[in-house]
Amino acid sequence: MTSRFERITTYALLIAASAFALYPMGLILFSALQPDSVGGTGAFHFDNFQTAWRVGHFGRYMANSILVAVVVVVVSAILSSLAGYAFGTMKFRGSSALFYLLLLGLMVPSEAIVIPLYYDLRGMGLTDTYVALILPQIAQSLAFGVFWMRQYFRSVPSEIVEAARMDGAGHGRVLWSILLPMGRPAIITMVLLVLMWTWNEFLLPLVMLPTNEGLRTAPLGLSFFKGQYTEGTSLLAAGAVLVALPIVVFYIFAQRHFIRGMLEGSVKG
Amino acid sequence: MSRRQAGPPGEPRRIAYVYIAPALLVFGLFFLTPLVHAVWLSLYEWDGLSVGRWVGLDNYRLVLTDDALREPFLHALTLIVFFSIIPCALGLALASMITRSAVRGVNFFRTVLFLPQVVALVVVAVAWRQIFAPDGPLNDFLRTVGLGDVARGWLGDERYALICIGVVGIWVCTGLCVVLFLAGLSKVPRELYEAARLDGAGPIREFITISVPAVRGELAVALTLTLVAAMRTFDLVYVMTSGGPGTSSRVPAYEVWDRAINKGQVGVGVTIALVLTAFILLCTVLINRLSESADS
Repeated sequence: MTSRFERITTYALLIAASAFALYPMGLILFSALQPDSVGGTGAFHFDNFQTAWRVGHFGRYMANSILVAVVVVVVSAILSSLAGYAFGTMKFRGSSALFYLLLLGLMVPSEAIVIPLYYDLRGMGLTDTYVALILPQIAQSLAFGVFWMRQYFRSVPSEIVEAARMDGAGHGRVLWSILLPMGRPAIITMVLLVLMWTWNEFLLPLVMLPTNEGLRTAPLGLSFFKGQYTEGTSLLAAGAVLVALPIVVFYIFAQRHFIRGMLEGSVKG
Repeated sequence: MSRRQAGPPGEPRRIAYVYIAPALLVFGLFFLTPLVHAVWLSLYEWDGLSVGRWVGLDNYRLVLTDDALREPFLHALTLIVFFSIIPCALGLALASMITRSAVRGVNFFRTVLFLPQVVALVVVAVAWRQIFAPDGPLNDFLRTVGLGDVARGWLGDERYALICIGVVGIWVCTGLCVVLFLAGLSKVPRELYEAARLDGAGPIREFITISVPAVRGELAVALTLTLVAAMRTFDLVYVMTSGGPGTSSRVPAYEVWDRAINKGQVGVGVTIALVLTAFILLCTVLINRLSESADS
Protein backbone atom coordinates (compact mmCIF):
# COMPACT_ATOMS: atom_id res chain seq x y z
CA MET A 1 0.00 0.00 0.00
CA THR A 2 1.10 3.51 -0.71
CA SER A 3 0.72 6.30 1.78
CA ARG A 4 -2.39 8.46 1.94
CA PHE A 5 -0.38 11.50 0.98
CA GLU A 6 0.96 9.77 -2.09
CA ARG A 7 -2.48 8.63 -3.20
CA ILE A 8 -3.93 12.11 -2.85
CA THR A 9 -1.02 13.60 -4.79
CA THR A 10 -1.52 11.03 -7.52
CA TYR A 11 -5.21 11.82 -7.90
CA ALA A 12 -4.53 15.55 -7.81
CA LEU A 13 -1.95 15.24 -10.59
CA LEU A 14 -4.21 12.99 -12.65
CA ILE A 15 -7.09 15.41 -12.36
CA ALA A 16 -4.79 18.29 -13.32
CA ALA A 17 -3.53 16.36 -16.34
CA SER A 18 -7.08 15.49 -17.39
CA ALA A 19 -8.12 19.13 -17.06
CA PHE A 20 -5.14 20.10 -19.23
CA ALA A 21 -6.22 17.52 -21.82
CA LEU A 22 -9.84 18.65 -21.84
CA TYR A 23 -9.44 22.42 -21.49
CA PRO A 24 -8.75 23.38 -25.14
CA MET A 25 -11.69 21.29 -26.30
CA GLY A 26 -13.97 22.74 -23.67
CA LEU A 27 -12.82 26.20 -24.64
CA ILE A 28 -13.59 25.70 -28.32
CA LEU A 29 -17.02 24.27 -27.52
CA PHE A 30 -17.70 27.20 -25.20
CA SER A 31 -16.62 29.77 -27.81
CA ALA A 32 -18.81 28.10 -30.40
CA LEU A 33 -21.82 28.89 -28.23
CA GLN A 34 -20.97 32.56 -27.71
CA PRO A 35 -22.76 35.33 -29.62
CA ASP A 36 -20.91 35.96 -32.86
CA SER A 37 -21.05 39.75 -32.84
CA VAL A 38 -19.88 41.90 -29.95
CA GLY A 39 -23.30 43.24 -28.99
CA GLY A 40 -24.98 39.83 -29.07
CA THR A 41 -27.05 38.64 -26.17
CA GLY A 42 -28.45 35.38 -24.90
CA ALA A 43 -26.88 32.36 -23.28
CA PHE A 44 -26.10 29.69 -25.83
CA HIS A 45 -26.04 30.35 -29.53
CA PHE A 46 -26.60 27.05 -31.25
CA ASP A 47 -27.36 29.05 -34.40
CA ASN A 48 -23.58 29.49 -34.82
CA PHE A 49 -23.46 25.91 -36.02
CA GLN A 50 -26.14 26.59 -38.60
CA THR A 51 -24.38 29.76 -39.74
CA ALA A 52 -21.01 28.00 -40.00
CA TRP A 53 -22.66 25.11 -41.82
CA ARG A 54 -24.13 27.52 -44.37
CA VAL A 55 -21.66 30.44 -44.59
CA GLY A 56 -18.56 28.31 -44.16
CA HIS A 57 -19.87 25.63 -46.54
CA PHE A 58 -19.29 23.02 -43.86
CA GLY A 59 -22.23 21.01 -45.14
CA ARG A 60 -20.38 20.59 -48.40
CA TYR A 61 -17.01 19.89 -46.77
CA MET A 62 -18.43 17.32 -44.37
CA ALA A 63 -20.14 15.54 -47.27
CA ASN A 64 -16.79 15.41 -49.12
CA SER A 65 -15.03 14.11 -46.03
CA ILE A 66 -17.67 11.43 -45.50
CA LEU A 67 -17.47 10.29 -49.11
CA VAL A 68 -13.65 10.16 -49.06
CA ALA A 69 -13.54 8.45 -45.67
CA VAL A 70 -16.11 5.80 -46.60
CA VAL A 71 -14.45 4.90 -49.90
CA VAL A 72 -10.95 4.88 -48.37
CA VAL A 73 -12.01 2.78 -45.39
CA VAL A 74 -14.03 0.25 -47.40
CA VAL A 75 -11.50 -0.21 -50.19
CA SER A 76 -8.45 -0.32 -47.94
CA ALA A 77 -10.18 -2.75 -45.55
CA ILE A 78 -10.99 -5.11 -48.44
CA LEU A 79 -7.54 -4.89 -50.04
CA SER A 80 -5.79 -5.22 -46.65
CA SER A 81 -7.85 -8.27 -45.73
CA LEU A 82 -7.12 -9.99 -49.04
CA ALA A 83 -3.40 -9.27 -48.93
CA GLY A 84 -3.14 -9.94 -45.19
CA TYR A 85 -4.78 -13.33 -45.74
CA ALA A 86 -2.19 -14.33 -48.31
CA PHE A 87 0.75 -13.00 -46.25
CA GLY A 88 -0.57 -14.53 -43.05
CA THR A 89 -1.63 -18.00 -44.16
CA MET A 90 0.05 -18.92 -47.46
CA LYS A 91 3.57 -19.78 -48.45
CA PHE A 92 4.78 -18.38 -51.74
CA ARG A 93 7.94 -17.16 -53.38
CA GLY A 94 8.90 -13.60 -52.58
CA SER A 95 6.43 -13.24 -49.75
CA SER A 96 8.84 -11.61 -47.33
CA ALA A 97 10.33 -9.31 -49.97
CA LEU A 98 6.86 -8.10 -50.99
CA PHE A 99 5.87 -7.67 -47.36
CA TYR A 100 8.91 -5.53 -46.60
CA LEU A 101 8.14 -3.45 -49.67
CA LEU A 102 4.71 -2.71 -48.21
CA LEU A 103 6.22 -1.97 -44.79
CA LEU A 104 8.11 0.88 -46.44
CA GLY A 105 4.77 2.65 -46.39
CA LEU A 106 4.82 2.61 -42.58
CA MET A 107 8.24 4.14 -42.37
CA VAL A 108 8.35 6.70 -45.16
CA PRO A 109 6.36 9.80 -44.20
CA SER A 110 3.81 10.99 -46.72
CA GLU A 111 5.67 14.31 -46.95
CA ALA A 112 8.19 12.53 -49.15
CA ILE A 113 5.68 11.36 -51.73
CA VAL A 114 3.02 14.04 -51.77
CA ILE A 115 4.92 16.50 -54.01
CA PRO A 116 5.84 14.06 -56.83
CA LEU A 117 2.35 12.64 -56.54
CA TYR A 118 0.91 16.08 -57.12
CA TYR A 119 2.92 16.58 -60.30
CA ASP A 120 2.20 13.03 -61.52
CA LEU A 121 -1.53 13.49 -61.04
CA ARG A 122 -1.48 16.98 -62.49
CA GLY A 123 0.15 15.55 -65.59
CA MET A 124 -2.77 13.15 -65.92
CA GLY A 125 -5.32 15.89 -65.27
CA LEU A 126 -6.39 14.22 -62.02
CA THR A 127 -5.65 16.94 -59.48
CA ASP A 128 -8.78 18.66 -58.15
CA THR A 129 -10.70 15.37 -58.40
CA TYR A 130 -11.90 12.81 -55.88
CA VAL A 131 -9.43 10.33 -57.39
CA ALA A 132 -6.53 12.49 -56.17
CA LEU A 133 -8.02 12.61 -52.67
CA ILE A 134 -8.92 8.94 -52.42
CA LEU A 135 -6.34 6.72 -54.13
CA PRO A 136 -3.21 8.15 -52.44
CA GLN A 137 -4.99 7.92 -49.10
CA ILE A 138 -5.81 4.26 -49.75
CA ALA A 139 -2.18 3.61 -50.66
CA GLN A 140 -1.06 5.22 -47.39
CA SER A 141 -3.51 3.15 -45.37
CA LEU A 142 -2.54 -0.14 -46.98
CA ALA A 143 0.84 -0.47 -45.32
CA PHE A 144 -0.76 -0.40 -41.90
CA GLY A 145 -3.81 -2.40 -42.99
CA VAL A 146 -1.87 -5.28 -44.52
CA PHE A 147 0.51 -5.37 -41.56
CA TRP A 148 -2.42 -5.40 -39.14
CA MET A 149 -4.45 -8.07 -40.96
CA ARG A 150 -1.39 -10.27 -41.46
CA GLN A 151 -0.89 -10.25 -37.69
CA TYR A 152 -4.49 -11.31 -37.21
CA PHE A 153 -4.38 -14.12 -39.79
CA ARG A 154 -1.16 -15.45 -38.31
CA SER A 155 -2.73 -15.52 -34.86
CA VAL A 156 -5.53 -17.85 -35.96
CA PRO A 157 -4.84 -21.43 -34.82
CA SER A 158 -4.01 -23.53 -37.87
CA GLU A 159 -6.36 -26.32 -36.71
CA ILE A 160 -9.39 -24.17 -37.52
CA VAL A 161 -8.32 -23.64 -41.09
CA GLU A 162 -7.26 -27.26 -41.52
CA ALA A 163 -10.60 -28.53 -40.24
CA ALA A 164 -12.40 -26.33 -42.75
CA ARG A 165 -10.18 -27.59 -45.53
CA MET A 166 -10.89 -31.21 -44.59
CA ASP A 167 -14.56 -30.35 -44.99
CA GLY A 168 -13.75 -29.25 -48.50
CA ALA A 169 -13.73 -25.47 -48.12
CA GLY A 170 -11.58 -23.61 -50.65
CA HIS A 171 -9.33 -20.66 -49.81
CA GLY A 172 -11.99 -18.12 -50.70
CA ARG A 173 -14.54 -19.80 -48.48
CA VAL A 174 -12.11 -20.16 -45.58
CA LEU A 175 -11.49 -16.42 -45.74
CA TRP A 176 -15.08 -15.30 -46.23
CA SER A 177 -17.00 -17.73 -44.01
CA ILE A 178 -14.55 -18.42 -41.22
CA LEU A 179 -11.63 -16.06 -40.82
CA LEU A 180 -13.31 -12.73 -41.54
CA PRO A 181 -16.29 -13.29 -39.19
CA MET A 182 -13.87 -14.44 -36.47
CA GLY A 183 -11.68 -11.43 -37.04
CA ARG A 184 -14.34 -8.82 -36.43
CA PRO A 185 -12.50 -7.17 -33.48
CA ALA A 186 -9.30 -6.82 -35.51
CA ILE A 187 -11.23 -5.44 -38.47
CA ILE A 188 -13.18 -2.95 -36.36
CA THR A 189 -9.96 -1.63 -34.84
CA MET A 190 -8.34 -1.23 -38.24
CA VAL A 191 -11.42 0.48 -39.69
CA LEU A 192 -11.53 2.97 -36.81
CA LEU A 193 -7.86 3.88 -37.09
CA VAL A 194 -7.97 4.28 -40.88
CA LEU A 195 -11.16 6.31 -40.53
CA MET A 196 -9.50 8.60 -38.01
CA TRP A 197 -6.35 9.09 -40.10
CA THR A 198 -8.38 9.73 -43.24
CA TRP A 199 -10.79 12.16 -41.60
CA ASN A 200 -7.96 14.12 -39.97
CA GLU A 201 -5.64 14.16 -43.01
CA PHE A 202 -4.64 17.66 -43.98
CA LEU A 203 -1.54 17.86 -46.18
CA LEU A 204 -2.86 15.58 -48.92
CA PRO A 205 -6.11 17.48 -49.62
CA LEU A 206 -4.24 20.78 -49.29
CA VAL A 207 -1.83 19.79 -52.05
CA MET A 208 -4.22 17.81 -54.24
CA LEU A 209 -6.88 20.52 -54.52
CA PRO A 210 -5.06 23.59 -55.84
CA THR A 211 -8.16 25.28 -57.23
CA ASN A 212 -11.30 23.19 -56.72
CA GLU A 213 -12.85 24.62 -53.56
CA GLY A 214 -15.92 22.44 -53.97
CA LEU A 215 -13.99 19.28 -53.12
CA ARG A 216 -12.40 20.53 -49.89
CA THR A 217 -12.54 18.13 -46.97
CA ALA A 218 -13.66 19.30 -43.53
CA PRO A 219 -10.20 20.00 -41.99
CA LEU A 220 -9.09 21.79 -45.15
CA GLY A 221 -12.30 23.82 -45.21
CA LEU A 222 -11.68 24.81 -41.60
CA SER A 223 -8.20 26.11 -42.36
CA PHE A 224 -9.56 28.36 -45.13
CA PHE A 225 -12.51 29.43 -42.98
CA LYS A 226 -9.90 30.65 -40.51
CA GLY A 227 -8.46 32.97 -43.12
CA GLN A 228 -11.83 34.42 -44.10
CA TYR A 229 -13.42 34.93 -40.71
CA THR A 230 -10.70 36.13 -38.39
CA GLU A 231 -13.28 38.41 -36.73
CA GLY A 232 -15.92 35.89 -35.80
CA THR A 233 -14.18 33.63 -33.30
CA SER A 234 -17.38 31.85 -32.43
CA LEU A 235 -18.14 30.89 -36.04
CA LEU A 236 -14.62 29.55 -36.45
CA ALA A 237 -15.02 27.61 -33.19
CA ALA A 238 -18.35 26.25 -34.39
CA GLY A 239 -16.66 25.03 -37.56
CA ALA A 240 -13.89 23.41 -35.51
CA VAL A 241 -16.46 21.61 -33.36
CA LEU A 242 -18.21 20.32 -36.49
CA VAL A 243 -14.93 18.95 -37.87
CA ALA A 244 -13.92 17.28 -34.61
CA LEU A 245 -17.29 15.95 -33.52
CA PRO A 246 -17.69 12.82 -35.69
CA ILE A 247 -14.35 11.31 -34.63
CA VAL A 248 -14.73 12.31 -30.99
CA VAL A 249 -18.15 10.62 -30.87
CA PHE A 250 -16.69 7.50 -32.50
CA TYR A 251 -13.82 7.61 -30.03
CA ILE A 252 -16.04 7.84 -26.97
CA PHE A 253 -18.08 4.85 -28.07
CA ALA A 254 -15.15 2.76 -29.22
CA GLN A 255 -12.25 3.99 -27.10
CA ARG A 256 -11.17 0.45 -26.25
CA HIS A 257 -10.68 -0.32 -29.93
CA PHE A 258 -8.85 2.95 -30.57
CA ILE A 259 -6.49 2.47 -27.65
CA ARG A 260 -5.93 -1.20 -28.38
CA GLY A 261 -5.15 -0.31 -31.96
CA MET A 262 -2.62 2.30 -30.96
CA LEU A 263 -1.00 -0.13 -28.53
CA GLU A 264 -0.76 -3.11 -30.83
CA GLY A 265 -0.25 -1.45 -34.15
CA SER A 266 1.82 1.36 -32.80
CA VAL A 267 4.07 1.55 -35.80
CA LYS A 268 2.34 4.33 -37.65
CA GLY A 269 2.38 7.91 -36.39
CA MET B 1 -1.92 -34.83 -38.85
CA SER B 2 -1.15 -35.51 -42.44
CA ARG B 3 -0.05 -31.99 -43.34
CA ARG B 4 3.53 -31.65 -44.36
CA GLN B 5 4.57 -28.32 -42.97
CA ALA B 6 4.06 -26.83 -39.56
CA GLY B 7 3.64 -23.11 -39.17
CA PRO B 8 0.91 -20.98 -40.62
CA PRO B 9 -2.19 -22.75 -41.89
CA GLY B 10 -2.73 -23.06 -45.60
CA GLU B 11 -0.70 -24.39 -48.45
CA PRO B 12 1.89 -23.09 -50.86
CA ARG B 13 -0.12 -21.71 -53.73
CA ARG B 14 0.18 -19.34 -56.58
CA ILE B 15 -3.28 -18.10 -55.64
CA ALA B 16 -1.56 -15.91 -53.02
CA TYR B 17 -0.50 -13.51 -55.76
CA VAL B 18 -4.12 -12.98 -56.75
CA TYR B 19 -4.95 -11.92 -53.19
CA ILE B 20 -1.99 -9.60 -52.97
CA ALA B 21 -2.20 -8.05 -56.43
CA PRO B 22 -4.88 -5.36 -55.82
CA ALA B 23 -3.15 -4.00 -52.71
CA LEU B 24 0.27 -4.04 -54.37
CA LEU B 25 -1.08 -2.35 -57.47
CA VAL B 26 -2.56 0.62 -55.58
CA PHE B 27 0.43 0.82 -53.27
CA GLY B 28 2.86 0.59 -56.16
CA LEU B 29 1.14 3.29 -58.20
CA PHE B 30 0.36 5.76 -55.44
CA PHE B 31 3.19 5.22 -52.98
CA LEU B 32 6.23 3.50 -54.48
CA THR B 33 6.14 5.27 -57.84
CA PRO B 34 6.01 8.76 -56.28
CA LEU B 35 8.77 7.75 -53.89
CA VAL B 36 11.05 6.80 -56.78
CA HIS B 37 9.93 9.92 -58.61
CA ALA B 38 10.89 11.96 -55.53
CA VAL B 39 14.46 10.69 -55.69
CA TRP B 40 14.54 11.55 -59.40
CA LEU B 41 13.12 15.06 -58.85
CA SER B 42 15.64 15.77 -56.11
CA LEU B 43 18.39 15.67 -58.75
CA TYR B 44 16.83 18.48 -60.75
CA GLU B 45 16.25 22.17 -60.49
CA TRP B 46 12.63 22.45 -61.57
CA ASP B 47 9.97 25.12 -61.16
CA GLY B 48 7.09 22.73 -61.80
CA LEU B 49 6.30 24.13 -65.23
CA SER B 50 9.20 24.41 -67.64
CA VAL B 51 11.90 21.85 -68.43
CA GLY B 52 13.98 20.88 -65.43
CA ARG B 53 17.76 21.24 -65.23
CA TRP B 54 19.91 18.35 -64.00
CA VAL B 55 21.92 19.48 -60.97
CA GLY B 56 23.09 16.16 -59.55
CA LEU B 57 23.51 16.31 -55.79
CA ASP B 58 23.45 20.11 -55.59
CA ASN B 59 20.05 20.17 -53.88
CA TYR B 60 21.36 17.89 -51.15
CA ARG B 61 24.43 20.04 -50.70
CA LEU B 62 22.16 23.08 -50.45
CA VAL B 63 19.86 21.50 -47.86
CA LEU B 64 22.81 20.51 -45.68
CA THR B 65 24.74 23.78 -45.92
CA ASP B 66 22.33 26.67 -46.57
CA ASP B 67 21.47 28.43 -43.31
CA ALA B 68 17.91 29.22 -44.40
CA LEU B 69 17.37 25.53 -45.14
CA ARG B 70 19.09 24.28 -42.01
CA GLU B 71 17.04 26.47 -39.72
CA PRO B 72 13.81 24.44 -40.12
CA PHE B 73 15.72 21.29 -39.15
CA LEU B 74 17.03 23.01 -36.01
CA HIS B 75 13.45 23.96 -35.20
CA ALA B 76 12.45 20.32 -35.66
CA LEU B 77 15.11 19.33 -33.13
CA THR B 78 13.63 21.86 -30.68
CA LEU B 79 10.20 20.38 -31.26
CA ILE B 80 11.53 16.90 -30.43
CA VAL B 81 12.12 18.12 -26.88
CA PHE B 82 8.48 19.21 -26.63
CA PHE B 83 6.78 16.43 -28.59
CA SER B 84 8.95 13.56 -27.49
CA ILE B 85 11.20 14.02 -24.48
CA ILE B 86 8.87 15.98 -22.20
CA PRO B 87 5.78 13.82 -22.97
CA CYS B 88 7.78 10.62 -22.42
CA ALA B 89 9.05 11.89 -19.07
CA LEU B 90 5.62 13.12 -17.98
CA GLY B 91 4.03 9.92 -19.27
CA LEU B 92 6.45 7.73 -17.36
CA ALA B 93 5.89 9.68 -14.15
CA LEU B 94 2.11 9.66 -14.46
CA ALA B 95 1.86 6.02 -15.51
CA SER B 96 4.08 4.80 -12.69
CA MET B 97 2.17 6.87 -10.14
CA ILE B 98 -1.12 5.47 -11.41
CA THR B 99 0.21 1.93 -11.20
CA ARG B 100 1.81 2.40 -7.79
CA SER B 101 -1.29 3.79 -6.15
CA ALA B 102 -3.60 1.34 -7.95
CA VAL B 103 -5.77 4.30 -8.97
CA ARG B 104 -9.48 3.71 -9.42
CA GLY B 105 -11.07 4.75 -12.68
CA VAL B 106 -7.89 4.13 -14.67
CA ASN B 107 -10.05 3.55 -17.71
CA PHE B 108 -11.64 6.99 -17.41
CA PHE B 109 -8.31 8.79 -17.05
CA ARG B 110 -6.82 6.79 -19.89
CA THR B 111 -9.71 7.70 -22.19
CA VAL B 112 -9.54 11.40 -21.33
CA LEU B 113 -5.76 11.68 -21.56
CA PHE B 114 -5.70 9.92 -24.93
CA LEU B 115 -8.39 12.16 -26.43
CA PRO B 116 -5.97 14.79 -27.86
CA GLN B 117 -4.58 12.09 -30.16
CA VAL B 118 -7.96 11.69 -31.82
CA VAL B 119 -8.87 15.27 -32.72
CA ALA B 120 -7.73 16.66 -36.08
CA LEU B 121 -4.62 18.82 -35.63
CA VAL B 122 -6.32 21.62 -37.56
CA VAL B 123 -8.96 21.75 -34.83
CA VAL B 124 -6.27 21.55 -32.16
CA ALA B 125 -4.49 24.46 -33.82
CA VAL B 126 -7.67 26.57 -33.91
CA ALA B 127 -8.25 25.93 -30.20
CA TRP B 128 -4.70 26.77 -29.18
CA ARG B 129 -4.54 29.87 -31.38
CA GLN B 130 -7.37 31.16 -29.30
CA ILE B 131 -5.57 30.33 -26.06
CA PHE B 132 -2.42 32.16 -27.16
CA ALA B 133 -4.28 35.16 -28.66
CA PRO B 134 -3.50 38.67 -27.30
CA ASP B 135 -6.91 38.77 -25.60
CA GLY B 136 -6.97 35.02 -25.00
CA PRO B 137 -7.27 32.98 -21.81
CA LEU B 138 -3.51 32.68 -21.25
CA ASN B 139 -3.05 36.46 -21.09
CA ASP B 140 -6.24 36.84 -19.03
CA PHE B 141 -4.79 34.40 -16.55
CA LEU B 142 -1.43 36.19 -16.42
CA ARG B 143 -3.16 39.53 -15.78
CA THR B 144 -5.29 38.00 -13.04
CA VAL B 145 -2.28 36.69 -11.15
CA GLY B 146 -0.50 40.04 -11.51
CA LEU B 147 1.86 39.07 -14.32
CA GLY B 148 0.26 41.43 -16.81
CA ASP B 149 3.69 42.62 -17.97
CA VAL B 150 4.43 39.17 -19.35
CA ALA B 151 1.23 39.08 -21.42
CA ARG B 152 1.73 39.41 -25.16
CA GLY B 153 0.57 38.13 -28.53
CA TRP B 154 2.39 34.84 -28.04
CA LEU B 155 2.20 33.59 -31.62
CA GLY B 156 3.26 36.96 -32.99
CA ASP B 157 6.47 37.00 -30.97
CA GLU B 158 9.57 35.59 -32.67
CA ARG B 159 10.93 34.27 -29.41
CA TYR B 160 7.84 32.35 -28.44
CA ALA B 161 6.03 31.15 -31.59
CA LEU B 162 7.96 27.89 -31.85
CA ILE B 163 7.72 27.25 -28.11
CA CYS B 164 3.94 27.73 -28.31
CA ILE B 165 3.79 25.01 -30.96
CA GLY B 166 5.93 22.90 -28.65
CA VAL B 167 3.46 23.36 -25.81
CA VAL B 168 0.72 22.07 -28.09
CA GLY B 169 3.00 19.10 -28.80
CA ILE B 170 3.16 18.32 -25.08
CA TRP B 171 -0.62 18.48 -25.02
CA VAL B 172 -1.01 16.14 -28.00
CA CYS B 173 1.63 13.54 -27.14
CA THR B 174 1.56 13.11 -23.36
CA GLY B 175 -1.62 11.02 -23.27
CA LEU B 176 -0.28 8.63 -25.88
CA CYS B 177 2.82 8.08 -23.74
CA VAL B 178 0.75 7.51 -20.58
CA VAL B 179 -1.37 4.89 -22.35
CA LEU B 180 1.66 3.08 -23.76
CA PHE B 181 3.49 3.04 -20.41
CA LEU B 182 0.40 1.93 -18.50
CA ALA B 183 0.23 -1.07 -20.82
CA GLY B 184 3.88 -1.85 -20.18
CA LEU B 185 3.59 -1.49 -16.41
CA SER B 186 0.48 -3.66 -16.23
CA LYS B 187 2.67 -6.62 -17.20
CA VAL B 188 4.88 -6.24 -14.14
CA PRO B 189 3.89 -8.73 -11.41
CA ARG B 190 2.79 -6.84 -8.29
CA GLU B 191 4.94 -9.14 -6.16
CA LEU B 192 7.98 -7.51 -7.67
CA TYR B 193 6.98 -4.12 -6.24
CA GLU B 194 6.11 -5.66 -2.90
CA ALA B 195 9.45 -7.44 -2.74
CA ALA B 196 11.24 -4.19 -3.56
CA ARG B 197 9.35 -2.39 -0.83
CA LEU B 198 10.23 -5.07 1.70
CA ASP B 199 13.84 -4.48 0.76
CA GLY B 200 13.29 -0.84 1.64
CA ALA B 201 13.20 0.64 -1.85
CA GLY B 202 11.61 4.10 -2.04
CA PRO B 203 9.45 5.32 -4.93
CA ILE B 204 12.42 6.68 -6.89
CA ARG B 205 14.46 3.53 -6.49
CA GLU B 206 11.49 1.41 -7.37
CA PHE B 207 10.87 3.57 -10.43
CA ILE B 208 14.41 3.20 -11.72
CA THR B 209 14.97 -0.46 -10.94
CA ILE B 210 11.55 -1.91 -11.82
CA SER B 211 9.32 0.47 -13.78
CA VAL B 212 11.77 1.85 -16.32
CA PRO B 213 13.22 -1.54 -17.35
CA ALA B 214 9.69 -2.94 -17.57
CA VAL B 215 8.55 -0.36 -20.12
CA ARG B 216 11.69 -0.36 -22.23
CA GLY B 217 9.83 -1.71 -25.25
CA GLU B 218 6.98 0.77 -24.87
CA LEU B 219 9.50 3.56 -24.37
CA ALA B 220 11.04 2.72 -27.74
CA VAL B 221 7.60 2.82 -29.37
CA ALA B 222 6.63 6.07 -27.62
CA LEU B 223 9.92 7.74 -28.59
CA THR B 224 9.56 6.62 -32.20
CA LEU B 225 5.95 7.75 -32.57
CA THR B 226 6.43 11.12 -30.89
CA LEU B 227 9.71 11.80 -32.68
CA VAL B 228 8.08 11.16 -36.02
CA ALA B 229 5.17 13.40 -35.00
CA ALA B 230 7.61 16.18 -34.04
CA MET B 231 9.50 16.00 -37.31
CA ARG B 232 6.37 15.81 -39.45
CA THR B 233 4.58 18.76 -37.82
CA PHE B 234 2.77 20.61 -40.55
CA ASP B 235 -0.88 21.25 -39.72
CA LEU B 236 -0.10 23.02 -36.43
CA VAL B 237 2.44 25.34 -38.02
CA TYR B 238 0.28 25.97 -41.10
CA VAL B 239 -2.74 27.05 -39.06
CA MET B 240 -1.08 28.62 -36.01
CA THR B 241 1.82 30.66 -37.40
CA SER B 242 2.37 29.96 -41.13
CA GLY B 243 6.02 29.54 -40.20
CA GLY B 244 6.29 33.05 -38.79
CA PRO B 245 6.78 35.58 -37.48
CA GLY B 246 9.69 35.91 -39.89
CA THR B 247 11.09 32.41 -40.18
CA SER B 248 10.93 31.68 -36.46
CA SER B 249 8.58 28.71 -36.64
CA ARG B 250 9.35 27.23 -40.05
CA VAL B 251 9.73 23.47 -39.84
CA PRO B 252 10.86 20.96 -42.52
CA ALA B 253 7.38 19.76 -43.54
CA TYR B 254 6.22 23.35 -43.92
CA GLU B 255 9.35 24.18 -45.92
CA VAL B 256 8.68 21.21 -48.25
CA TRP B 257 5.20 22.45 -49.04
CA ASP B 258 6.20 26.12 -49.32
CA ARG B 259 9.17 25.52 -51.61
CA ALA B 260 7.62 22.88 -53.86
CA ILE B 261 4.12 24.33 -54.22
CA ASN B 262 4.40 28.07 -53.60
CA LYS B 263 7.92 29.04 -54.56
CA GLY B 264 8.43 26.80 -57.58
CA GLN B 265 11.52 25.13 -56.12
CA VAL B 266 10.34 21.57 -56.58
CA GLY B 267 13.80 19.97 -56.50
CA VAL B 268 14.75 21.68 -53.23
CA GLY B 269 11.37 20.91 -51.66
CA VAL B 270 11.53 17.22 -52.52
CA THR B 271 15.13 17.04 -51.30
CA ILE B 272 14.12 18.46 -47.91
CA ALA B 273 11.43 15.78 -47.74
CA LEU B 274 13.92 13.02 -48.54
CA VAL B 275 16.47 14.28 -46.02
CA LEU B 276 13.66 14.39 -43.47
CA THR B 277 12.75 10.82 -44.37
CA ALA B 278 16.35 9.65 -44.00
CA PHE B 279 16.51 11.36 -40.62
CA ILE B 280 13.29 9.67 -39.48
CA LEU B 281 14.52 6.24 -40.65
CA LEU B 282 17.85 6.78 -38.90
CA CYS B 283 16.16 7.74 -35.63
CA THR B 284 13.78 4.78 -35.83
CA VAL B 285 16.63 2.34 -36.36
CA LEU B 286 18.73 3.93 -33.60
CA ILE B 287 15.91 3.84 -31.05
CA ASN B 288 15.16 0.22 -31.82
CA ARG B 289 18.84 -0.74 -31.68
CA LEU B 290 19.21 0.95 -28.31
CA SER B 291 16.15 -0.72 -26.83
CA GLU B 292 17.24 -4.12 -28.12
CA SER B 293 20.83 -3.84 -26.96
CA ALA B 294 19.61 -2.76 -23.52
CA ASP B 295 17.53 -5.95 -23.49
CA SER B 296 20.41 -8.35 -23.78
